[in-house]
Amino acid sequence: MRGRVYGPDLGAGLFVLLLGALALWQAAAIQSSPLYAQVGPRAVPYGVAACLALIGAGLVVVALRGGWSSEMEEVVQAPPTAWRSLAYLAAGLIANVALIEWLGFVLAATVQFVLVCAAFGSRALLRDLGIGLAVTVSAYLFFARVLGVSIGAGILEGIL
Amino acid sequence: MDSIDGLILGFSHALTLTNLGWALLGCFLGTAIGVLPGLGPALTIALLLPITFSVSATGAFILFCGVFYGAMYGGSTTSILLNTPGESGSIITALEGSKMARNGRAGPALATAAIGSFVAGTVGTLGIAFLGPIVVELALKLGPAEYFSLMILCFVTVSAVLGSSALRGLASLFLGLLLGLVGIDNQTGQARLTFGIPELLDGVNVVLVAVALFAVGETLYLAWRWAETKAVVMPVGRLMLSKEDWKRSIGPWLRGAGLGFPFGVLPAGGTEMPTMLSYYAERKLVDPKYAHEFGTTGAIEGVAGPEAANNAAAAGVLVPMLTLGLPTSATAAIMLSAFQSYGIQPGPLLFTTQADLVWTLIASLFIANVMLVVLNLPLVGLWVRILKIPTPQLYAGILVFATIGTYGISNSVIDLVLLYIIGIVAMFMRRFDFPTAPVVIGMILGPMAEQAMRQALTISQGDWSTFVTRPVSVSILGLAAAALIGPRLYEMLGRRAAR
Repeated sequence: MRGRVYGPDLGAGLFVLLLGALALWQAAAIQSSPLYAQVGPRAVPYGVAACLALIGAGLVVVALRGGWSSEMEEVVQAPPTAWRSLAYLAAGLIANVALIEWLGFVLAATVQFVLVCAAFGSRALLRDLGIGLAVTVSAYLFFARVLGVSIGAGILEGIL
Repeated sequence: MDSIDGLILGFSHALTLTNLGWALLGCFLGTAIGVLPGLGPALTIALLLPITFSVSATGAFILFCGVFYGAMYGGSTTSILLNTPGESGSIITALEGSKMARNGRAGPALATAAIGSFVAGTVGTLGIAFLGPIVVELALKLGPAEYFSLMILCFVTVSAVLGSSALRGLASLFLGLLLGLVGIDNQTGQARLTFGIPELLDGVNVVLVAVALFAVGETLYLAWRWAETKAVVMPVGRLMLSKEDWKRSIGPWLRGAGLGFPFGVLPAGGTEMPTMLSYYAERKLVDPKYAHEFGTTGAIEGVAGPEAANNAAAAGVLVPMLTLGLPTSATAAIMLSAFQSYGIQPGPLLFTTQADLVWTLIASLFIANVMLVVLNLPLVGLWVRILKIPTPQLYAGILVFATIGTYGISNSVIDLVLLYIIGIVAMFMRRFDFPTAPVVIGMILGPMAEQAMRQALTISQGDWSTFVTRPVSVSILGLAAAALIGPRLYEMLGRRAAR
């Protein structure tokens, strides 16, 4: 495959390059006062951003010359994208974000638990619901009561 | 304080009921997460970081070190019985270990791994106790310029020397450095890289990034490539080592420990190299009578040596962490951030200002090792049961803990969104073979390196040549440059010679 542009790797390289450019733009926006004469707050962000952009450019060059991942065993032998699994998983994450302030951690995370189980092929909805509730409640009790972490209020948290 | 006095002091603190309890809890938890594929010590310690608000520093670090050592023990169980190594250090163990298991010798393989881990862990911990004060002695002579150079060396070795590509390793490192810069500059009070979002003024939380990289990214990647497969757990059988097994194991244990520890101590970190070297060494040194077992029915030497090397290297990582404040693995980096959350400055002064803590910690490592070997062998049935947790429920559970660990920091949905965004990035990092550990190390070590650099430049009144005119500093930088360019140059010359 040497000599042919490998698209996915090009994308990864461009992403790093873009990140570097974004960081350069943000580094330029840092306000620096001449009072701190030696090294101001800008120097290191500029350096890091510039290096990241350079590395990104390097990755782009490598991708243009054939890339690195097209011959990796893990990529070659990987099964096709499991859209169904990804969709269920994404639904789980989105449900968690959408519900956690409204229903509280225990219920939101239980919904997520069931959806993630479904993403990985589990079809026992009721059993997953039961396990999920047990896991989230014990996780809540451990973090809130033993570790003293505040996990916010919710419907079930009020009862516990 | 010399090492013997330190150890006596340490044991007097560590042998209290509370501290023994923390050690036991840590060992138990560590083994369990080591056994579970997809969970590692870095993620576990990150999730347990809130404990630093309610528990004394000693208790928390005893717990963390128990998790750290326990995960090493647990990892070998998975690679032997399931042939899926949980972390990079157990890949080699899986080679011979799974073959032994397939031939009905899982019991001896597990036993030699556990006892080998004990031997190596003890050798490694002795190494920490006796090498630590010597390194501290040297480190106290270093100024900020030398420190900065050391950190640069550390950056180079963890990102560019290990792993398959220097460019991708460095990309990961610089992503971490960038994340570490977000927030308010602690010397001038200026907001940096916040994109004007007020939530980012406090910086990006290390726990959030670690959880995103190690839990969310991993789960997403698994879903992306999901294909139902049934993993087969091999039966354990009898755990006893025969007289012959003992005789064949002792040499590899000691050689593995001797090989692993120095690799851990060097700022190169990493357990792949010493385990691989140990494997090849044992293959060469094996009694010709048993040589045919390598790669066929599974040779016990090939489990004993690499497993010992793995544990000794893991112990060695604690030397630069405790004496210099330099983390060379993701787990060490997370532990370092735990020190910071107690307001303890890691570095050479730790051995004097926090002598009680350091020596109690080292003593607890000895205790943890004893606990682990006792816990592991009789409880193997329990670990096998944990191994059989089905994938759907396992990963669903991991995401529950990811949520609680992140949401518990600030109760902010924005943090959850950030968690998932970084998780998606991590998924692609996995796909394109970018290592994740340098991100965490860069994020934690980066701000420390910047501080050292600015201190050095303040002392030199802005003269950048300070880094190359001080002899120690310039030698360290030279080493870093050699580590970065050396392998590339060697490869190029090799290619030219081949032509």
